[in-house]
Amino acid sequence: MPITVNGNEAELPHDPRVSLLDLLREDLHLFGAKKGCNQGACGACTVLVDGQRVLSCLTLAVQCEGRHVMTVEGLAGDNGLHPLQKAFIEHDGFQCGFCTPGQICSALGMAAEFDRGVPSVITEDFDDDGVALTPEEIRERMSGNLCRCGAHNGIVAAIAEVHAIQGDRTDSREAAA
Amino acid sequence: MSAVSNAGHPGTAVGLAANQWGQGDNPDPLIRHKHGLVGTSVSRIDGPLKVQGKATFAAEFVKEGLTYAALAFSTIAKGRIETLDTSAAEAAPGVVLVMTYKNAPRMKPMPLFMTAEKAAGGDNLPIMQDDRVHWNGQPIALVLAETQEQADFASSLVHATFKAEPSVTNFKEAKRRGTKTGEFGGGPLKLEIGDAEAALTQVPVSIDAQYSTPRHSHNAIEPHAATVAWDGDALLVHDASQAVVHTAWSLSSVFGIDESQVHVTSPYVGGGFGSKTLWQHQVLGAAASKLAGRPVRITLSREGVYRMVGGRSQTEQRVALGADKDGRLKAIIHTGVVAMSHQNALPEPFILATRGAYAADAFKLHVEVAQMDMLANTFMRAPGEAVGTFGLECALDELADKLGIDPVEIRILNEPDKHPTEGKPFSSRNIVEAWRTGAQRFGWAKRNAKPGSVRQGEWLIGMGCATGTYPYYRMPGGAARITLRKDGHARVEIAAHEMGMGTATAHSQVTADRLGLPLDQVTFGYGDSKMPGAVLAGGSQQSASIGAAIVAAQHALFAQLLILAGNASPLAGLRPEEVGGFNGGLVALADLARSESYASIMGRAGRDEIVVQEDAPPPMELQNWSMHSYGAMFCEARVNAVTGETRISRFLGSFDCGRILNAKTAASQFRGGIIMGLGLALMEETQFDERNGRIMNPSLAEYHVPAHMDVPEIDVIWNDIPDPHTPMGAHGIGEIGITGTAAAVANAVFNATGKRVRDLPLTLDKLM
Ligand code: FES
Ligand code: FES
Repeated sequence: MPITVNGNEAELPHDPRVSLLDLLREDLHLFGAKKGCNQGACGACTVLVDGQRVLSCLTLAVQCEGRHVMTVEGLAGDNGLHPLQKAFIEHDGFQCGFCTPGQICSALGMAAEFDRGVPSVITEDFDDDGVALTPEEIRERMSGNLCRCGAHNGIVAAIAEVHAIQGDRTDSREAAA
Repeated sequence: MSAVSNAGHPGTAVGLAANQWGQGDNPDPLIRHKHGLVGTSVSRIDGPLKVQGKATFAAEFVKEGLTYAALAFSTIAKGRIETLDTSAAEAAPGVVLVMTYKNAPRMKPMPLFMTAEKAAGGDNLPIMQDDRVHWNGQPIALVLAETQEQADFASSLVHATFKAEPSVTNFKEAKRRGTKTGEFGGGPLKLEIGDAEAALTQVPVSIDAQYSTPRHSHNAIEPHAATVAWDGDALLVHDASQAVVHTAWSLSSVFGIDESQVHVTSPYVGGGFGSKTLWQHQVLGAAASKLAGRPVRITLSREGVYRMVGGRSQTEQRVALGADKDGRLKAIIHTGVVAMSHQNALPEPFILATRGAYAADAFKLHVEVAQMDMLANTFMRAPGEAVGTFGLECALDELADKLGIDPVEIRILNEPDKHPTEGKPFSSRNIVEAWRTGAQRFGWAKRNAKPGSVRQGEWLIGMGCATGTYPYYRMPGGAARITLRKDGHARVEIAAHEMGMGTATAHSQVTADRLGLPLDQVTFGYGDSKMPGAVLAGGSQQSASIGAAIVAAQHALFAQLLILAGNASPLAGLRPEEVGGFNGGLVALADLARSESYASIMGRAGRDEIVVQEDAPPPMELQNWSMHSYGAMFCEARVNAVTGETRISRFLGSFDCGRILNAKTAASQFRGGIIMGLGLALMEETQFDERNGRIMNPSLAEYHVPAHMDVPEIDVIWNDIPDPHTPMGAHGIGEIGITGTAAAVANAVFNATGKRVRDLPLTLDKLM
């Protein structure tokens, strides 16, 4: 069974040592996911596998057989921008842009974890009312994604804004139902 | 002057800036232009590409027949390679070539940075030219293979033995062998005015303390990388570079070819901070490509960056300050020793900021160098100032505490009215205002001067402050080309760099205002050695260099347009200084009714485009003025009384950096510098094994940089007072944020706990 990347099927590599990151970059020429350390320390290679954020440098490509991989290139259509991508631009959530695809993919995976009720180490009470995705929660949950340019404030602001807007939409959908 | 005024129409046409800087009373008219694009919060023009992952970095150029490189490193600090067995590596699957000193092409050493106008090399050693080893981690073999996995595996099969020779890898031992005075910018790092030691003994209050800062690594998240290809004798390098023209010239020297045969591009750089110049990987990648006859991608592993690319050196500083009872400084002593390799020429110049910081009667400043057998150290964000302000600004805090004077007030009290050691007038220095507005905004008045007196549960809370400062530079070598099309589109080209500073965006704004065009009618080309100029993205000087070059080219452009306009134009008879860019054309500054669009001028002249190229004038402003950026830094720290853990809860930078070109990207530059300063203060250290000269923490897991959880909301404000002697009225803003920050943190920790930590980083063991 092949692997699906941004909706397209791709061949798995013959060399079992090939990481998901190298498959994406060197075979598929999807250079969005970045190699900042190749050892799980920086988060620049973060992509979504079946909706969960993973470090693609620590994931063997062959482990992803039959699974759906989403990279930063697949978040919006060819021309458009995902709301989080727009918010990163608006809040200047990057300078050099090298950590950015990883921050964005990680943020989407993180928000989904939060919405599923997964607590973080600083979450005090995750009851039915839920807790807000506060800047502090975002900082804790995003700390695996390093940024050396120091765009942290803009990144957190962008994530908080988009999550709040989407939360509003969910609430209004629920209210309408 | 009346010719370049806006004649009662502020915010419309911008006249030509005088094509000279710092002479007479000729401020850039852009300074008075209040309703244009300059200063506004324009989002980065490369933003959409970057958030989509479509900006092409050095390791992302696709080439037919590409091979991948991996390196093997020495494990001794000094000596010879005794045996080097590459047979297993050569036999490994996919291997194209194993290059060592035995088969590498003959090359000249890299021209060492700062030894020639366009020299870019981080060291000047003949790597892979003989069996010698000069540092622990020196590359000894390069493997090329069809895939990165094959190259990485094969490089692990290279087997070497070494014959070690006596080496100096211990700082104490290096100092014992003798030090020499460091040289920087063509002069000795030594300055004596009066007898500071004697003055120190005669004052009523003094401080005399030792401070130390460890080695640091830049740790740009993009590792150094290059995609390299030869076409005959012509070399193409897609690099990650903050010095494309310097790199091209230096590579031409290494390979003995003409400068015009080397083409270096660097459209995007994943962070540089002083590290993305020419190091051995570009040279070795090009050599291997030549040998194999195939294009090469060489991407350093994270460990490889630590082995091959130097960082900031360690410093030991003595700061002694003597003052009268009112707190006026009489003597300033700032001396000490730094480590430096044999193969580079940068003694971390930690006294630079002290030369101009405060008024005093006597000065004694001296940087001594102890040489070690190690990887070449190099420039890292605010070389000198980042660590020098730690010593100076902590000592001043200690003095204020001893005198019972508020730390903000002691700084204002000692404000000099001219440069205290050079005697030159300041071009624009408004740090006192920055202190006042900053203190107000931060709520400094609420600070309790008694250390250790504010506590919330387990947490001790304190406030500290420090001055940040970094010089204004403009290096010679700026040049720009402007191509104006008939449809009113202008393209500026200059061999400058965009590493995330917002260069392309800010200078598109500047160009649009100068030429009277909307932003979407301007493009800014950069990052290509074939473009005009030799502009280093370093020393916070790039914006001034670009700004002056664009003005020079604009003079030529306006002159040509007026000739083309001829007698049939409403502009007939006007000189370039009498017109301004406005509404897609030129207008008479004295009479806005006289104007003609670029389209009309060029249409009548039958021209589709005009191309002009000019060099920027020499940086005369630096001859006449003392020029600096300034910052008043405020920090609130919380220290856990049980664990010693320090958290930064609030930080404010109040800046005096001339006119700000883009509020959004400038704020990010300020914050980025401050955040790197928080790392410098709290966690960063390149650990060096003094037994064998090897870096012990070559990874982002073991070298800690600030993560999201370490970074609070950073508040930044600026007074936006333009400097009348610089292009756009601007000063550099890339390095100022990292200066003063570590001292502000240490001073806040002292205020919180009563513990004075003088050795960075401020880890919890030092606060237990
Ligand atoms: S490249 Fe995967 S975590 Fe750094
Ligand atoms: S934007 Fe440069 S590393 Fe984050």
